[in-house]
Amino acid sequence: MSIREQFETVEITTDLLILGGGMSACGAAFEAAHWAKENKLKVTVVDKAAMDRSGAVAMGLSAINMYLGLKDDQNSIEDYVKYVKNDLMGITRDDLVANIARHVDGSVHLFEKWGLPIWKDDDGNYVREGRWQVMIHGESYKTIVAEAAKKALEELGENGEYFERVFITNPIMDGNRVAGAIGFSVRENKIYIFRAKAVISAMGGAVHVFKPRNVGEGLGRSWYPPFNSGASTYFTTKAGAEMTCQEVRFVPIRFKDGYGPVGAWYLLFKAKSTNAEGEDYMEMNRAELENWGVYGKSQPLPTNLRNHLMLIDERKGKGPFYMQTAEAIKKIAEEEGDEMAAKRKLKHLENEAWEDFLDMTISQALLWASTDVAPEEKPSEIGATEPYFISSHSGASGAWVSGPKDISPEEYHWGYANMTTVSGLFACGDASGASSHKFSSGSFTEGRIAGKSAIDFILDNKQLPSVDTSKIEEMTDEMLLPMALFEQHKSHSTDRDINPHFIKPKMFMFRLQKIMDEYAGGAGSSFMTSKKLMEKGLEFLKYMQEDSHKLAAESLHELMRVWENIHRLYQAESHIHSMLFREETRWPGYYFRTDFPKLNEGEWKCYVNSRRDPETGEYSVFKKEMIELVKLEE
Amino acid sequence: MQTKLNSNTPMPSFVIADKCDGCKAEDKTACQYICPNDLMLLDKETNKAFNQAPEMCWECYNCVKICPTQAVEVRGYADFMPMGGVVQPLRSSDTIMWSVKFRNGKIKRFKFPIRTIPEGSSSPDAEMLTGTRDIKSPLLRTEPESLDTSELKSL
Ligand SMILES: Cc1cc2nc3c(=O)[nH]c(=O)nc-3n(C[C@H](O)[C@H](O)[C@H](O)COP(=O)(O)OP(=O)(O)OC[C@H]3O[C@@H](n4cnc5c(N)ncnc54)[C@H](O)[C@@H]3O)c2cc1C
Ligand code: SF4
Ligand code: SF4
Repeated sequence: MSIREQFETVEITTDLLILGGGMSACGAAFEAAHWAKENKLKVTVVDKAAMDRSGAVAMGLSAINMYLGLKDDQNSIEDYVKYVKNDLMGITRDDLVANIARHVDGSVHLFEKWGLPIWKDDDGNYVREGRWQVMIHGESYKTIVAEAAKKALEELGENGEYFERVFITNPIMDGNRVAGAIGFSVRENKIYIFRAKAVISAMGGAVHVFKPRNVGEGLGRSWYPPFNSGASTYFTTKAGAEMTCQEVRFVPIRFKDGYGPVGAWYLLFKAKSTNAEGEDYMEMNRAELENWGVYGKSQPLPTNLRNHLMLIDERKGKGPFYMQTAEAIKKIAEEEGDEMAAKRKLKHLENEAWEDFLDMTISQALLWASTDVAPEEKPSEIGATEPYFISSHSGASGAWVSGPKDISPEEYHWGYANMTTVSGLFACGDASGASSHKFSSGSFTEGRIAGKSAIDFILDNKQLPSVDTSKIEEMTDEMLLPMALFEQHKSHSTDRDINPHFIKPKMFMFRLQKIMDEYAGGAGSSFMTSKKLMEKGLEFLKYMQEDSHKLAAESLHELMRVWENIHRLYQAESHIHSMLFREETRWPGYYFRTDFPKLNEGEWKCYVNSRRDPETGEYSVFKKEMIELVKLEE
Repeated sequence: MQTKLNSNTPMPSFVIADKCDGCKAEDKTACQYICPNDLMLLDKETNKAFNQAPEMCWECYNCVKICPTQAVEVRGYADFMPMGGVVQPLRSSDTIMWSVKFRNGKIKRFKFPIRTIPEGSSSPDAEMLTGTRDIKSPLLRTEPESLDTSELKSL
């Protein structure tokens, strides 16, 4: 029997297809189900893992990073837009951020009703970590949100469907209208063909495109989860959608190696970070901020500039860098006055510090245990991670989507909020670009916006798009090719992985990571790159495109790995094209162009958008005008 | 068609052979069900679970938390963690209890709530009404009630 014959084909026809099961997909399912029920439509959700614990919130979280407090006038929507825009060095779609900001508090109130323990002060108000964050006991955050999403689907009866462990590989197209998606089960020999009137891409960001700092067992300890592998960028790119900000990666500074969160230490405990000499590198290098326009003068300082100030010291050999935990704890205890109160306070703080790790980066707790760290006694090392693609956090890469009718300028609105430039294809969370700082609550909220909007689209476009069955056959063969290749050639050598006829996904991934690290400004190159380096990198990526047809898999699990790395390859390609096009350095702590080392507001205060022609595979990269609704103070 | 890609070496998340009962040969083992990176597999011969690609493990502890026999533990990534540290959770229906054992033998325990209402008892609308039936309106499900403001604010 041929490989193809060993697989059963399952065909599903639906109205709305939601791809992914993370925060934004759960939001989309919750919202769409309501409007679908009113209109007797069908909603289908597909996740490569189990929704209870899939995506970036799989481990849990210790804070909700986006909550405005509009009901108590704690902040305004304009405040939030300014904050985000400033953090992204001016490159932000005001309309998209404002749209999420005006709805996000409602999502957080829902989470609380669904059973999420949110910290409260004596007056019953949410405890703030910083201006925008609220603290939670978030071990079960994802389970709680998934429960609501699943229940919302159940309310649709047989019109609500959920598939777990189905990996989506490719979009199915009807010209410039999306017609569905194709994928396979990672558990049994089944191919899934989903036909739909509208599709929401919500498959998260991309990790492991760049070489991680940990390369042994610790390979999996990326800050963002290794199972977010670029499916969102790939899906919309492959469908021919316009993408934006593909150059805007994210490099967080975290506790070194375990990548534990630092937010609580800075915001809650007011800790300082220093170089090895105990010098506050932010203060020492303050003059450098003069070079970064209005952004360098702002408070809080943009994330990438904070990175930059540390990297300046690092390049001078002034590491290791420390979070001065002991100093911060001592100071807080001193403020308590009497010894007993100080002791109680210390105990309390200790709990908070450990919970911060245990809720969302357990490895960091394990690292502290393994190295006998008592934060009240000695400082802990911090450092920059490797680059990731996450527009829901402080990166911005993703699809170029329509804004809402009642906020967006005409140029940014084409009928349906969060629809890409492909008819019927929507994006949210890490999948949509130029609207950063959505985090868990904002991603869920943007999913809701996309969910309602997609139902609106379906009601206006009732016809099921047509699909070309011969094209689907072709796509199915392409999907299973890695297994066919393995079967065909496996007896040629005595090693399952080393064979001149194919390449296994793991080495393919390592090759990609090496190229990106060395030519596209990875951690190993101190985040520096140039035209010449990137052109060389693209040359190597071309070989990878060719070799991607030689990827082999001997199990369904490995077939998933193959496709994850094809997805990563597209993310890498579009990243380099966009960095190459933007002839300036705008986010110096994320990447630094040695040939254009300066900010150039005159020419580059614009979006860099790109599109890959689905027919020819050629990329076009172009400027898109920035229309501002909110101005930053000079 | 599933094949074993790696030897059964105990790395980041590992299974204690004596404790794993293969989820009593149910067709879906709990650890395999939950792993977001599809790493846990059941060895059909020994009826014991194992992590098939430990270097892709995020140490998210979901397999640890879900195992009914507490057979899964995590051994810190050997490429940067000195040996001897152990962090082990015990998750009940509404709390999680963590034991942290340091390399020097010291032990700390932490207990945190994980949810305020029983699993399975939530309702999507949480008894809130949606203020419109208009699909073109910017109001979302349960709004404006869930916003706790009389109307949707804007820029
Ligand atoms: C360590 C860490 C700390 C964070 N801290 C905070 C915090 O304190 N507060 C906060 O608010 N936010 C925080 N965030 C951010 C938050 O987790 C994200 O913003 C949010 O999860 C993004 O939602 P998403 O839906 O875009 O992606 P995800 O939630 O990651 O979901 C992606 C989904 O797509 C699925 N998928 C991927 N590929 C495929 C495919 N090919 N086929 C089918 N399905 C696929 C995945 O299984 C998953 O279900 C943190 C994240 C991390 C990792
Ligand atoms: S969940 Fe526990 S008992 Fe069940 S197969 Fe996995 S390790 Fe074994
Ligand atoms: S710790 Fe998480 S990623 Fe690792 S095997 Fe367990 S469930 Fe999978």
